[in-house]
Amino acid sequence: MTTPFGWGWTNVLDPVVAGRAQFAVALTIHIVFAALSVGLGPFLVYFVVQEIRTGEQRYARLREFFTKVFALGFVMGTVTGIPLGFMFGTNFASFSTIAGELIGGPLSFEAKMAFFLEAAFLGILLYGRERVPEWFYALSSGFVALGAWLSAFWILVANAWMQTPRGYELVERGGRTVAQLTDPMAAFFTPRLPWLFVHMQSAAIISVTLVIAGIAAYFVYHNRDSEVWNTALRAAVVVLLVMSVFQVFHGDLYARHVADTQPQKFAAMEAQYETSTGADLHVIAVPTSLDALDNPRAENLFTVNIPNLASFLASGGDPSAEITGLNEFNYDSPPVALVFWSFRIMVGLGFWFVGLGLWGGYRLLRGGIRASDRYLMALMGSAPLGFVALITGWYVTEVGRQPWIIQGVLRTSEGATIGLSSAEATLSLLGVAAVYGTALVTFCYLVRQYVRSERERLLPPTAGDGDSGPDSGSNSDAGQQVVGSDD
Amino acid sequence: MTELVSMSSVQYPIESLPELWFAFVFAVLGAYLLLDGFDFGVGMLYAQADGDERETMHAAFGPVWKANEVWLVLFGTVLFAAFPAVYANLLSRHYLLIFAILAALVLRGIGSKLREERNSDRWHRVCDRSFVAGSTLAPFFLGMLVANWRFGLESTVNGTAIAVGLLLVTLSVVLGASFLTIKTRGDLRRTMRWYGFLGSIGYVAVALAAISYLIVVDPGSAPMPSTVETAVAVGGTIAFAALGIVANRRRQDYGWALSVAGLALVFVSFLAWTMRPAVDPAAALSIREAVVSPVALEVNSIVAVTFVPLIVGYFVLLYSVFSGPATAGDY
Repeated sequence: MTTPFGWGWTNVLDPVVAGRAQFAVALTIHIVFAALSVGLGPFLVYFVVQEIRTGEQRYARLREFFTKVFALGFVMGTVTGIPLGFMFGTNFASFSTIAGELIGGPLSFEAKMAFFLEAAFLGILLYGRERVPEWFYALSSGFVALGAWLSAFWILVANAWMQTPRGYELVERGGRTVAQLTDPMAAFFTPRLPWLFVHMQSAAIISVTLVIAGIAAYFVYHNRDSEVWNTALRAAVVVLLVMSVFQVFHGDLYARHVADTQPQKFAAMEAQYETSTGADLHVIAVPTSLDALDNPRAENLFTVNIPNLASFLASGGDPSAEITGLNEFNYDSPPVALVFWSFRIMVGLGFWFVGLGLWGGYRLLRGGIRASDRYLMALMGSAPLGFVALITGWYVTEVGRQPWIIQGVLRTSEGATIGLSSAEATLSLLGVAAVYGTALVTFCYLVRQYVRSERERLLPPTAGDGDSGPDSGSNSDAGQQVVGSDD
Repeated sequence: MTELVSMSSVQYPIESLPELWFAFVFAVLGAYLLLDGFDFGVGMLYAQADGDERETMHAAFGPVWKANEVWLVLFGTVLFAAFPAVYANLLSRHYLLIFAILAALVLRGIGSKLREERNSDRWHRVCDRSFVAGSTLAPFFLGMLVANWRFGLESTVNGTAIAVGLLLVTLSVVLGASFLTIKTRGDLRRTMRWYGFLGSIGYVAVALAAISYLIVVDPGSAPMPSTVETAVAVGGTIAFAALGIVANRRRQDYGWALSVAGLALVFVSFLAWTMRPAVDPAAALSIREAVVSPVALEVNSIVAVTFVPLIVGYFVLLYSVFSGPATAGDY
């Protein structure tokens, strides 16, 4: 009996499966914190610069609130990120030996260029407001954001090489075949890199924008005149509108690049089993028998189709273009169900974000976002959805590439550590799952606490509900008067 | 091992570039043991401090520990970038020990960060325990890893590993006491000087015990360095410890800190010097066999030469912005 994802139940203790599950769990949680740094960095710079430029307290308040969130996310990101750097060696020792020249370099560049920059200047951003001049404080926020972006850049350099490897040759060394770096520029700037980097950074910005919009909507819902949170809300809606539209167009082009460079992944994204011209786009594809659950090459699917659309999208406009089906490849398919549904969740959410952006733009033109309960509720409900889209998108990228750890060069199973025992691998899997799960839950809990104490500040307990309370008039800038004196 | 070196016909732009990278890997390890040693020591000394003192210790530790911890990441990734097979072998061979180190670092990091987030005694108690336990276990496990690496031991838990683990724990106590002496005033400072004095004596005692264990109790359990090398290391350790104790008694706090750094330097140099030309004794891999190809090493060198001075600059800046005594309210 195997799972829908193609892994046998009896293999749960298999060290390779346990190692992969461990990496997946660790990355799923770490990516939230990493994306938080990437997406929040530019917002922090904006708040700090505006605070110093205008001297307005609302920006100081936003800077304080989101610096706290950033710092917490950074610590969680460090705590969850350091083990990831070591898991290449512990669980994928063969991969690390074979691809060390291509992967080790970018990872060490990440540490040298990004981590120290981020860690050192975050100390100043957190504790140094009174210790350094204003211009230097602003510069520090810029360095922190730059650090987050450089870190993402080098990680994606390593990942993009695994998707579209270039600039190396396979040589014999010490009795085994290893990849030797021959052309650094080709190896670092692979065909995939620009696509992956732009798509990932946009996704991070959209995810964080939705969180900011959701939090701001919550406060504005309870205090319509809070200048602090209306400022945040407006900024978030504008960014959301621009970035979500951009991401849809960019994503479309990116999918075409995937169809060209990793046809098997593209076929899994679209659940296309047979090579065909004029391929239909499956909006839904569900196996009609239980046997098909554990057979990724199943053909007995129930599908809802849009004629020719898959060919149209893959080729950039030709409805009769040929799409290579999964059955063409004479090695294992990726777990199609996981890739197919992850892709649909991501794309569906992407369109929802465009809708939210347009709706917000319309509200802005019509004289304000704060008047619409329905829109504020929609933003609150959508706060975590950016991260859902980001994680499912990452699943498409990583699971869709299977069975390869390096596309067309090395299988994931061949990259695993040889001789690792089931007991060791399972023990560390359970430990990692527990620690990472706790980190994520604690993070969410503490951000809720921040929101709660901010709400108490905005709404004194005696004020009643925000819509008609006495604080809706002259007391509208509660945030401006008490800033710096509390928390 | 020497035959293995001459087997290599690969040409590097600077003939000794692989050896320079070997030295660089250990220099980064030393920087990590020194800088995070401050933090581990603070974490262990924290156990005996009371409420106000704990706040002050957090204020000293808060702004710098995250940046200090990054040196561990640099060590891991530099090892990966220059000697990928060693990185892979070491981490997979001592699988559970690696996860134990990581778990201890998580306990330390989460304990110290989350403490400030809620104001309840129970919350503080749990966070403090996590902070102290992580700060004690991390250097111990790191010492075990370093010993297993240097002596090429296949088994993870053994006498040598435990001895070196204890050695790093003691070293961290002295480092933490030295750091806090510079960062605090009043009673706490006097207490820290005293603990530093005791710790320095303890470090020499543990070092002698570890060497005696290797020679007398369990000879052959680990390949021994030569007598001359061992004598130099023991002599250096005693000399720096004695200098440190004199500086400690004379209240020359920076002189004391330098002497403690000397202890760390002796420790790491001993490891590196007696390991070469091997870089992974358990797998009988030499530096020249394990190092990456010239192209990869050149790229690594260009990036390192450009960015390591900048990193040193960040640290000078960070430590000078937060120089001067820490007070409880700062954090």
